[in-house]
Amino acid sequence: MSLLQPSDLDAILLSFKVASTATLLSTPLGIGVAYLLVHTRIPGKSIIEGIVNLPLVLPPVVIGYLLLVLFGRRGWIGAWLMQYNIQVIFTLTGAIIASAVVGFPLLVRSIRLGMESVDPSYRRVARTLGASRWDAFFTVTLPLSGRAVFAGMTLMFARSLGEFGATIILAGNIPGVTQTIPLAIYEYTSAPGGDRMALSLCLVSILLSFAVLLASGAASKTLDRK
Amino acid sequence: MQLDVAVRKQQGSFQFSAEFSLTGKRIGLFGPSGSGKSTLMHLLAGLLKPDSGSIRLDDRVLFDSQAKINLPPEKRRVGVVFQHAHLFPHMSVRRNLLYGWRRTPEQERYIQPEAIIEVLHLHPLLDRGVNLLSGGERQRVALGRTLLTCPRLILMDEPLTGLDEELKFQIMPYLNTVFSQFDIPLLFISHSLMEMRLMTEQVLVVDQGEVRRQMATEELAQSAWAAPRQGYVNLLRLADPRPQGDLWSYQWGEARLVLTEYAESQDNIFELDSREILLFKRHPEATSARNLLPCKVGKMFTVGNRVRVELQCGSQQLIVQIVPESMRELELVEGKDVVAVIKASVFRRLL
Repeated sequence: MSLLQPSDLDAILLSFKVASTATLLSTPLGIGVAYLLVHTRIPGKSIIEGIVNLPLVLPPVVIGYLLLVLFGRRGWIGAWLMQYNIQVIFTLTGAIIASAVVGFPLLVRSIRLGMESVDPSYRRVARTLGASRWDAFFTVTLPLSGRAVFAGMTLMFARSLGEFGATIILAGNIPGVTQTIPLAIYEYTSAPGGDRMALSLCLVSILLSFAVLLASGAASKTLDRK
Repeated sequence: MQLDVAVRKQQGSFQFSAEFSLTGKRIGLFGPSGSGKSTLMHLLAGLLKPDSGSIRLDDRVLFDSQAKINLPPEKRRVGVVFQHAHLFPHMSVRRNLLYGWRRTPEQERYIQPEAIIEVLHLHPLLDRGVNLLSGGERQRVALGRTLLTCPRLILMDEPLTGLDEELKFQIMPYLNTVFSQFDIPLLFISHSLMEMRLMTEQVLVVDQGEVRRQMATEELAQSAWAAPRQGYVNLLRLADPRPQGDLWSYQWGEARLVLTEYAESQDNIFELDSREILLFKRHPEATSARNLLPCKVGKMFTVGNRVRVELQCGSQQLIVQIVPESMRELELVEGKDVVAVIKASVFRRLL
């Protein structure tokens, strides 16, 4: 008997799909929010900060339920999306949204710390050299916080690989559609005689997480050398 | 360059106000640290917004609180060289140099990168990362980067302060060449009188958040003498070094001076402390000192136990510091002929 079932491979692939899509889609938004928090003086900044950080402390199940209310057929966003025939709950999109919301605070936190640690003098120098505010941000501040952006992306990716609570509520546990690695493990452990299968998926999960850590370490080293 | 400034700015408990009108090419901003020099620089560059007033550079209004004009820094065409070069660490020297040039409208680019690279000797550095440059190299790149934005005015904020003595005097010739070659007005900020005298013609004296006085740099140097324990240093422009026995002779005005020190370039600046010059009533028969200059006594000032005597040596002026007793014994009066005696070894080369 082989170690992994074909459905396990689906789960692994799906986990990758969900984690990378959630991370890549969130990154520009994360940069935007970090910029707002670091470089602007808008009213209600601490409220925005609170909302962004809330998923970090809320139980994922709560987030999942709130998302379900929001994206359900009668929810604010869900009803609106239904007009365009887009369904979120129990789909891949739902899994991606759940991962994105849960991982977002980690991303913003890291980018924000990175941007705050860039010496503001560089920005000033760029301005006196003829760069507009935006130009200076994209050519100086953002590249100089590149490592932090990358670190945030790695964190978020890893968090998304492990996302369980919010996903199971918003997207359900449908093999081949929304069943990622943690959800597959959950199913194995709740079925009799599934321990072996659960363990082998756990091993995969450990290996994947370790690979992400190694990759991020190697990448930040090359960024360092630049 | 014509610069008209009348601004007020409150920063916490620090109140800054300035009102002056300047015409000239090389202007110094002189004052102790914390006096408001940097504030003024930031206001001129557009990095700080004045509470009220106006700033006008030549025919352009940079700021006017009444007309609600506040040009952003990138529109002011005012270049800044900061005390710490602040080269962009994620770019090579070449990309640093061209950062501003690429953002300068084509019709304004009257300085070409090749010319700057040549003058500042940046060729060997171009493809290096900026983190491996020495302090002097960093300042040269920062200067080149600012020059290439072809600004109407360059502000230099203590650009030499972080560098050691020797490096300072290595950088200054570059500055002098650049500013005379490309003819860009300069506002040089420093708390060092010597740097002021070597770099500028006019100074604004800033103290406690106000521009106090505006005068010629030489006047400032001479007035500083009155403060206790402040000596005066003569700066002599010596040209055309020629060997004379095992010493060197240089042209100074109509006279030739004999020095122990050799300089490679044709035109040099040497310092000579006013206390190192001896005065004689008549030409001494023989002396160990190599330089005997017949001079005429000019104005004299006495402060405490020091007398400052201005000497006219042909077309050149020399300032000598003696004690009141010597003045009485030599019977010094304005217009009297004396002989100034200077040893060959007391000159120190600056540039």
